[in-house]
Amino acid sequence: MSPWGSRKLFLRGDIDCIYGEYEMIVFENVSKTYETGTPALNNVNLKIEKGEFVFIVGNSGSGKSTLIKLLLKELEPSGGKIYVNNKLLNRMKRRHIPRYRRGLGVVFQDFRLLKDRNVYENIAFAQRVVGTPARVIRRQVPSMLSLVGLAEKYRSYPKQLSGGEQQRVALARALVNNPAILLADEPTGNLDPRNSWEIMRLLEEINKRGTTVLVVTHNQEIVDAMKKRVITMHKGLITSDEKKSGYHQ
Amino acid sequence: MRFNTIVYCLKQGIKNIFRNKLFSLASISTMAACIFLFGLFYSIVMNVQFMVKEAESSLCVTVFFEPGTSETRISVLGQQIAGRNEVSHVEYTSADEAWDSFKDVYFEGNEEYAKAFMGDNPLINCAYQTIYLSEASMQESLVNYLESIPDVRKVNKSELTANSFADFGMLIGYVSGAIILILLAVAVFLISNTVSVGITVRREEISIMKLIGATDFFVRAPFLVEGILIGLVGAAIPLAAIYYLYGSVISYVLEQFSILSSVMVFLPITDVFRSLLPVGLILGVGIGFLGSSTTTRKHLRV
Repeated sequence: MSPWGSRKLFLRGDIDCIYGEYEMIVFENVSKTYETGTPALNNVNLKIEKGEFVFIVGNSGSGKSTLIKLLLKELEPSGGKIYVNNKLLNRMKRRHIPRYRRGLGVVFQDFRLLKDRNVYENIAFAQRVVGTPARVIRRQVPSMLSLVGLAEKYRSYPKQLSGGEQQRVALARALVNNPAILLADEPTGNLDPRNSWEIMRLLEEINKRGTTVLVVTHNQEIVDAMKKRVITMHKGLITSDEKKSGYHQ
Repeated sequence: MRFNTIVYCLKQGIKNIFRNKLFSLASISTMAACIFLFGLFYSIVMNVQFMVKEAESSLCVTVFFEPGTSETRISVLGQQIAGRNEVSHVEYTSADEAWDSFKDVYFEGNEEYAKAFMGDNPLINCAYQTIYLSEASMQESLVNYLESIPDVRKVNKSELTANSFADFGMLIGYVSGAIILILLAVAVFLISNTVSVGITVRREEISIMKLIGATDFFVRAPFLVEGILIGLVGAAIPLAAIYYLYGSVISYVLEQFSILSSVMVFLPITDVFRSLLPVGLILGVGIGFLGSSTTTRKHLRV
């Protein structure tokens, strides 16, 4: 039984669309224009199946991060519909957003660790937030630390860790609640090549265990080498979407 | 909600206070000043009310009856009057008792002259009812009622005293109320500022919490705990101070102004604290909660 991908994003009966059981993320004619008038996404159509590993690439300002923010419900689309696991996000009530987000794991370029807490506490924090019992936290945090290879550094504080180690802590924090989807926004942006590959190896491992993984990146070498589905964006449009592909500008 | 979540929120609330030591200290000090002044005014109001009540309890209206009104009729009227809201109690003085009391005073030292009136009471028509008021402000309505009774010849009242008591009590109440309201608004503002600073300091942590699925309540709870604790500590300190200072201040006042001791009777501290303690603590907690909840509601829309 896969330890990941088993978390239900919604309660039974919370179904809004007729997409099949294989679709995890669906964008239907999604547009997003910021209040300043800047267009970020323009009529984007996209389907990502459960268990897929997808790279989203493109220049700065192409709309990659907006896409992640829409999935996180940090932003609302200006037009179109977004479905995650057959649930229409547009209609989701504010009070249901926390429960939705618990089904997502998020990793950022700048790690976003709590600086005043050690490695163990940073990971445990993610479980505490969702109300996990203390005995479960005590059991799961060490196993997650072993997975990311930081079992011996559980008492270290973020500033005592290298960039690669900090990102591994962030990854462990994203995974500890068994998310169905892992969203990684430039996870290797601040890392050297060796650490970048280490993070990618972990993401691939996580994907093999059933979690749908979306990685926004600029790292051409990694995208070319991993031969995964690559969605290329430019000025808010999807310009190419290819399986087992490489990096296109 | 799970027990460990509650413990976590409590711990974080306490940590918040120490994270922003200076702001917390400023809030606690202001809150303490507000509650101290509140306690001060509250004690004054309670004592004034107590004194007014004491004075009111001795405030009375005297009713004389038409000549020929029988004692039975006067007694029945007395019972009717005693049943009214304005009346605390009624004392009946018969014509004989009135004469006895009068002659003792009037013929003091010349008692033999009084004997000339043996068997002939000059105050035969002066039986009266002394009616003690339950509240000074009710005197007017009672007097109107009494004057409307056909058997009543005359009502002796003390208009000036009654109104003065009622007006003085009301004035103290209004002034204290206004000062207390202003102080409480200042306290709410300061606590709100402290919590705002706490939120700004922890903005990154809050955004991480929200992104990994924390509910609004989970994010807000530590700030609410912070506000409530500031309110509680800010209330407990001045209440303790008032408790220990109250007795000394009253002794000092009575010592310095000994003339007051004959007219002023102060409430014991235990009587004042029976209501001041819960009111002060609830007020502190309430202000803390109000200040922090409005601020978190405003700032935590992530």
